[in-house]
Amino acid sequence: MYVAVKGGERAIDAAHEWLADERRGAPDVAELSISQIREQLSLAVNRVMAEGSLYDPDLAALAIKQARGDMIEAIFLIRAYRTTLPRFGVSAPIDTGAMRCDRRISATFKDLPGGQILGPTFDYTHRLLDFALMADGAVSPEVKEGGPTDAVPLPHVTEFLDREGLLQPEPEDNTPPRDLTREPLDFPADRPLKLQALARGDEGFVLSMAYSTQRGYARNHPFVGELRIGRVAVSMDIPELGFAIDLGEITVSECETVNQFTGSKTEPPQFTRGYGLVFGQSERKAISMALVDRALRWEELGEDNVGAPAQDAEFVLSHSDNVQATGFLEHIKLPHYVDFQSELELIRRLRAEAMMASTGPREAAE
Amino acid sequence: MALSEPSVTDTMGGGFANPPRDAAIAFRAALDVMARPGVIREITGGHPPLPLSPAAGSLLLVLCDPETRVYLSPSCDTDAVRAWLRFHTGAPLVAADKADFAIGPWDQLCPDLARMRQGVQDYPDRSVTLIVEMDHLAAEGVRLTGPGIKAEAFLNLPETTAFVANARRFPLGFDTFFTSDSQIAALPRSTSIEGAS
Amino acid sequence: MSYNFAYLDEQTKRMIRRAILKGVAIPGYQVPFASREMPMPYGWGTGGVQVSAACLTPDDVFKVIDQGADDTTNAVSIRRFFEKTAGVAVTEKTTEATVIQTRHRIPETPLSADQILVYQVPIPEPLRFLEPRETETRKMHGLEEYGLMHVKLYEDIARHGEIATAYAYPVKVEDRYVMDPSPIPKFDNPKLESPALQLFGAGREQRIYALPPYTKVFSLDFEDYPFDPSKAAHPCALCGAEDSYLDEVIVDDAGGRMFVCSDTDYCASRRETGEAA
Repeated sequence: MYVAVKGGERAIDAAHEWLADERRGAPDVAELSISQIREQLSLAVNRVMAEGSLYDPDLAALAIKQARGDMIEAIFLIRAYRTTLPRFGVSAPIDTGAMRCDRRISATFKDLPGGQILGPTFDYTHRLLDFALMADGAVSPEVKEGGPTDAVPLPHVTEFLDREGLLQPEPEDNTPPRDLTREPLDFPADRPLKLQALARGDEGFVLSMAYSTQRGYARNHPFVGELRIGRVAVSMDIPELGFAIDLGEITVSECETVNQFTGSKTEPPQFTRGYGLVFGQSERKAISMALVDRALRWEELGEDNVGAPAQDAEFVLSHSDNVQATGFLEHIKLPHYVDFQSELELIRRLRAEAMMASTGPREAAE
Repeated sequence: MALSEPSVTDTMGGGFANPPRDAAIAFRAALDVMARPGVIREITGGHPPLPLSPAAGSLLLVLCDPETRVYLSPSCDTDAVRAWLRFHTGAPLVAADKADFAIGPWDQLCPDLARMRQGVQDYPDRSVTLIVEMDHLAAEGVRLTGPGIKAEAFLNLPETTAFVANARRFPLGFDTFFTSDSQIAALPRSTSIEGAS
Repeated sequence: MSYNFAYLDEQTKRMIRRAILKGVAIPGYQVPFASREMPMPYGWGTGGVQVSAACLTPDDVFKVIDQGADDTTNAVSIRRFFEKTAGVAVTEKTTEATVIQTRHRIPETPLSADQILVYQVPIPEPLRFLEPRETETRKMHGLEEYGLMHVKLYEDIARHGEIATAYAYPVKVEDRYVMDPSPIPKFDNPKLESPALQLFGAGREQRIYALPPYTKVFSLDFEDYPFDPSKAAHPCALCGAEDSYLDEVIVDDAGGRMFVCSDTDYCASRRETGEAA
């Protein structure tokens, strides 16, 4: 005798228990601490902070631990937590010109004031597995040269081009930007809104979009004018005090690209720019963001829409968010008995009618 | 100015005693009347300074915050009301043509109606909601039909012409709550109106 | 740590409540709202959850169904969420509930005027699969330009001899807005005209819309191809109901099938009260 499926509650409880057990892994292996994740998987922590839109390395580390290393799940945990936080105010714009840089490179000038600072990069490592790291208790080498600096602020590379008028100036605009997290996404989107969406967009998605422009889908000839990573102060105006106070410091990655120039009969040619800014050390994302930002500016810069995906703001912005994407993708795991049943009935009927029409009623009878 | 400055207790009092609970219950009253034009319900919890009614005050507490722009008609635009609204909602006060919510007696709101936001073709929701203070509410007067109404309903509207014209503009237009003492009723733009009996 | 009543902070609830009121005032029109991340994934009912959270009072009795059933895992998960965060009473009985959140079904038991039905909506835009751009579909609604939809339905007839849409069957509301009733089977479409208030929440797509009680809801069709809400002609194998929507269940390795009510409460109450055949 058929008994209607029951036991959803019990199944959920059992699944949760099993999940917790799997998360912990073998009990004879020491449990990961939050500080270990924060310190030793810091790039993962950075990505969770960037796409979770919340700068808190400890909570990001906790999310990674809880999510068993599933980055999108960790980002989701942070987002869901973030929405419950009361908003006390809005900080002043950060001044990346005053950044204390750990890394600062330019692909456009061999040397420049302040110099190129390679910083802690994978760039010139040979990608060979370092089996020494497998040995327990490996001692980290002492930093002999370099290391975090508290050097004087370094000028932005683009300033040198600005001075000559070679780079199209960005208009000064103090209008408060729209806030993606507080208002529904609405088109047409202005540049601040696009940058906001890209900054919290999925790294893989933004990377692929950027890559597509390099391969000719709205190519925009980017040079990395400057990539800088370092610490900046965050301050907030306190109306009661009448001045701004520093709340703390965050690490960000900033990329400014110098791109193909525009010009016309009335305007002499100028380079244009793309811009990327991301929490933490996330330079792949910052560069990708700058390329996509530049591609999205086609209309404003009077370029042709060649129909490339990266030029399509509605396409890019509607699909860049991995928490939205993963939720909707995975929801097809949920029961769809009812919809499927209605399609089943429809298709059976259509097939029966079709067979009836082609073979006559007798053979088609079921 | 100093003389008319409302006292701190007047300003800080009169909010919801238990905001999440009181707001939830008051919202359901507002939702119910908007979904059923002509139905009159109690809405309580807010105690605003005069001349605002408790019903209007409760509705403002449910719906307004720093993200909503509020217009106060001349008789409602007192220091006490401003201070109370600022303290409890943080809603910015604006001119009638910018308002998301406009509060006052009908004869004061009506002259500005044409200037108020009626929504745009693609976004008819970007329109003002009126909170019209009434002497009393009664299920009598003009005949109402349309969404939310089984066969017909009646409500003592302050006038007919403006609301008939509003319904004709559907989906553009404004939506109206009527408040009196602790009672509330509503008339969305979707309701058809036939002349007073 | 403790969360606010019904999880959402008050400011978020106000924002959602304002959107609901505009939705009620403009039946069938999709009101944009700043949907929040919820502690459950997008696509799993976050829109419905936000609408329910904005509507629930501590005195409500809450019911959640998914595919008509109270015991499907996601329905259980959502019901538990509100038990925990809003402390509301819950029920599986349609008649006892004051707020019902649903995915893909309308309960068989007729709803009453003191009930609210909250739908979880995946893609609120009925024109989305004909025109992927929001900027375009919004214009179409604005201009009441629904030709594309009629062309699609007519192409169905040309190819299949009937309108080949079995669920999420589009409707026109009060002769104005074309609306997606969410992926309910078309069998449920006639129940969209109801004494209950119906609210629709699409979290990921950031839209809320509504059908006030007794709103005119017309399933799109053609004069010579009228809308047909019928379902396969089987009675429920458990309660014998002939008027309810049925799930098809495969019962053995040979592919043997049986048909049972999708609405588990309806089926159970019929069996309890001895209405079963």
